Amino acid sequence: MAVVPLRRMTKGQKGIIHRVTASGEIGRRLLDMGLVPGTPFQVQGRAPLKDPVAIRIRSFTLMLRNSESDFIEAEVEEVS
Amino acid sequence: MNPHRETMIALAGNPNCGKTTLFNAITGARQHVGNYPGITVEKKEGYCQVNGRHIQLVDLPGTYSLTAYSLEELVARNFLIQDRPSAVINIVDSSNLERNLYLTIQLLELGIPVLVALNMVDMAAARGLAINSEELGRRLRLPVIPTVARTGKGKEALLEAAAQLGQEDAVWEPLHISYGPDIDPVLDTMEAQIRAAAFFTDSLPARWTALKYLEADEEVIRKGKEKNPVLSSKLIELAEQVTQHLQKTLDSYPEAIIADHRYGFIAALLKEGVVKHSHKADRLYLTDQIDRVLTNRFLGPILMMLIIFAAYKFTFTYSKAPVAWLEAGFSALGRFADSSLPPGPLKSLIVSGVIDGVGGVLGFVPLILFMFFAIAFLEDTGYLARVAYMLDRIFRTFGLHGSSVMAYIISGGIAGGCAVPGVLATRTLRSSRERLATLLTAPFMNCGAKVPVFAMLIAAFFSAKQAQVMFLLTILSWAAALLIAKLIRSTILRGPSTPFLLELPPYRMPTFKGLLIHTWERAWQYIRKAGTIILAISIIFWALMSFPALPETEKKIYDEARASILAGGEATQGAGLTARLQAVDSEEAQATLKNSIAGRIGSGLTVITAANGFDWRINVALLSGIAAKEVIISTMGTAYSLGQSRRGEDTPLSNRLAADVSWSPLKAFSLIIFIMLYAPCMATITCIIRESTWKWGLFSFTFNTVTAFIISALVYRGGVWLGLG
Repeated sequence: MAVVPLRRMTKGQKGIIHRVTASGEIGRRLLDMGLVPGTPFQVQGRAPLKDPVAIRIRSFTLMLRNSESDFIEAEVEEVS
Repeated sequence: MNPHRETMIALAGNPNCGKTTLFNAITGARQHVGNYPGITVEKKEGYCQVNGRHIQLVDLPGTYSLTAYSLEELVARNFLIQDRPSAVINIVDSSNLERNLYLTIQLLELGIPVLVALNMVDMAAARGLAINSEELGRRLRLPVIPTVARTGKGKEALLEAAAQLGQEDAVWEPLHISYGPDIDPVLDTMEAQIRAAAFFTDSLPARWTALKYLEADEEVIRKGKEKNPVLSSKLIELAEQVTQHLQKTLDSYPEAIIADHRYGFIAALLKEGVVKHSHKADRLYLTDQIDRVLTNRFLGPILMMLIIFAAYKFTFTYSKAPVAWLEAGFSALGRFADSSLPPGPLKSLIVSGVIDGVGGVLGFVPLILFMFFAIAFLEDTGYLARVAYMLDRIFRTFGLHGSSVMAYIISGGIAGGCAVPGVLATRTLRSSRERLATLLTAPFMNCGAKVPVFAMLIAAFFSAKQAQVMFLLTILSWAAALLIAKLIRSTILRGPSTPFLLELPPYRMPTFKGLLIHTWERAWQYIRKAGTIILAISIIFWALMSFPALPETEKKIYDEARASILAGGEATQGAGLTARLQAVDSEEAQATLKNSIAGRIGSGLTVITAANGFDWRINVALLSGIAAKEVIISTMGTAYSLGQSRRGEDTPLSNRLAADVSWSPLKAFSLIIFIMLYAPCMATITCIIRESTWKWGLFSFTFNTVTAFIISALVYRGGVWLGLG
């Protein structure tokens, strides 16, 4: 297992939330939406201009900007 | 308890959980939309009866949580605390239990009596999810009732349970959950101190207040400081210690630990025997399939343009006929008043002030109805979220939001829209700074009322390249709106962009009833509120352009001219006679206009507008254009003594200007730029005020006019300097 920021993950890749590094409003929003450590998710896709990113987590789809996805560290299978 | 008293019940739930649909299913047309005092968050109330008992339902804003970060959440929270409804119906999306129950937990921690409406159980079943609602209810110790809001299934059972719960006069019994070994001890200490000092304990559970101190909730801490500064700073200190401890030992902070434990609590709640998965076709699977096309890198943007264009076409095509009927109706009414009232200022007031003014407001109504219908459809199906998803990257560059595009397009981003529904369309934006910047810049688009004015000027001065110039103007208006949005967002509305974090909801077919209710309530608000203000302003404009009347000595000159034409008229043909009489009437109208307050203001402003090449005629036309942009043509017609030309009959004016040596393509272009950018029409300003505050309305009036003046003057002076004049 390796820990990578969400921004570096590719479409279709699965991961587990390792840590949310933001505090304040953005941090709270992410936590409220259920992005707490240990939660599995999958990268659903990226918008036509590569930003924002959409992830499937807890049976819903959430989109967040790349700048916001930088606050999320994910555990993934070793990247090849 | 008196059974005749109204029981107040609040509806709470996440966005996209079907809350509004359920609210509509329960209350039907018996609802009232207003605003919470002083802010623009909508407050919806409805009424219904259960077993002869009157129930007042309050639909709280859709929220994921109850923090102090957003206005919606604050409004929902404060309503629950201050108005203390008898019970809360918490609507929960069955296919998305974990995240939806996160709000439930927070409601329970507040202590308020809650019952859960397990909504969209049909959708969950279609996804292979079976939920044991009785078991869930037993574990949560509250009634859980399965519902399907779209069909109204389960609403009677829900209401009966709610009325029952509301009747019990229950004491608020807050839920206690454990937040682990780091938080719990300090939470207990804080709770004891709060209890001892009776700190907000009349309205709030002590543990809840303690939790909010740990979460560093600005609102609670601010109020706490006012109430008991000593205890408040003690609590802050305790919270600070925990924060530092967590930082050192776990590299975390209280809010994260708290959220973590809430989700842990939910996971335990749903374990073993509440949710049963059977692997059937997934509704999200269908949504994924649709998204594969609709948000595809290449197809997505193309289809988006087509869909937005279709919504735009729908709005403006289908509203054309009813708008024309209303216009015909009002002009018939005008003619009737014209022929049945004695001549004089009263007749002029009723015809030009009241009927034209009210007609101007009601003329927009079909447009607004169709536009809201189209937007409600795009919003309720879930497509609008995809538009925001695809366009956010571009709009964010200018400090806006992906959802801003809708407001721009409706306002005239494709030439011919209208800023009134455009400004109202900004309601789909949830972040305040981006929303304000959007509604302030949307009026720069070339709306349907500016287009005929541009067309007249283009016909006069750029007749060889009409289409190209029109296209250039569309591009210019987009550039102006985006750049000025950027300017506003980096000065007066400076600040980081609000977190995006939008849910991409599964595609759903909205109910027709829901769409109609949605559409009508917004249109009705417009008619009621905008109507009164616009009527008042149009009377003011009428007065400005009619008073003071021409002095008797001047009037006499025109009367004599008419008399002499009539006296010598026996020799001339009938048609020639009318034409000569009309010419005198037009001369008189011009003189009246020039003599009026508006005319004098126009003349006075030439000191400034000389920089743009504008004389008193243009100034007074621009002044009248603040009432409504299409009026510019008819006022210019009067000012050039061409008589009252109606819309669509602007060829004489166009020819007249083309032949005028004081005009040049450069002057026409600087005028076009001015009209594109200056103060929005009063209908739009009224809507801006309604959607924000009167200060922003005033701001948009002054700021836009100053911007228009500067840019148009630069264009004109620059052109003259280059020898183009």
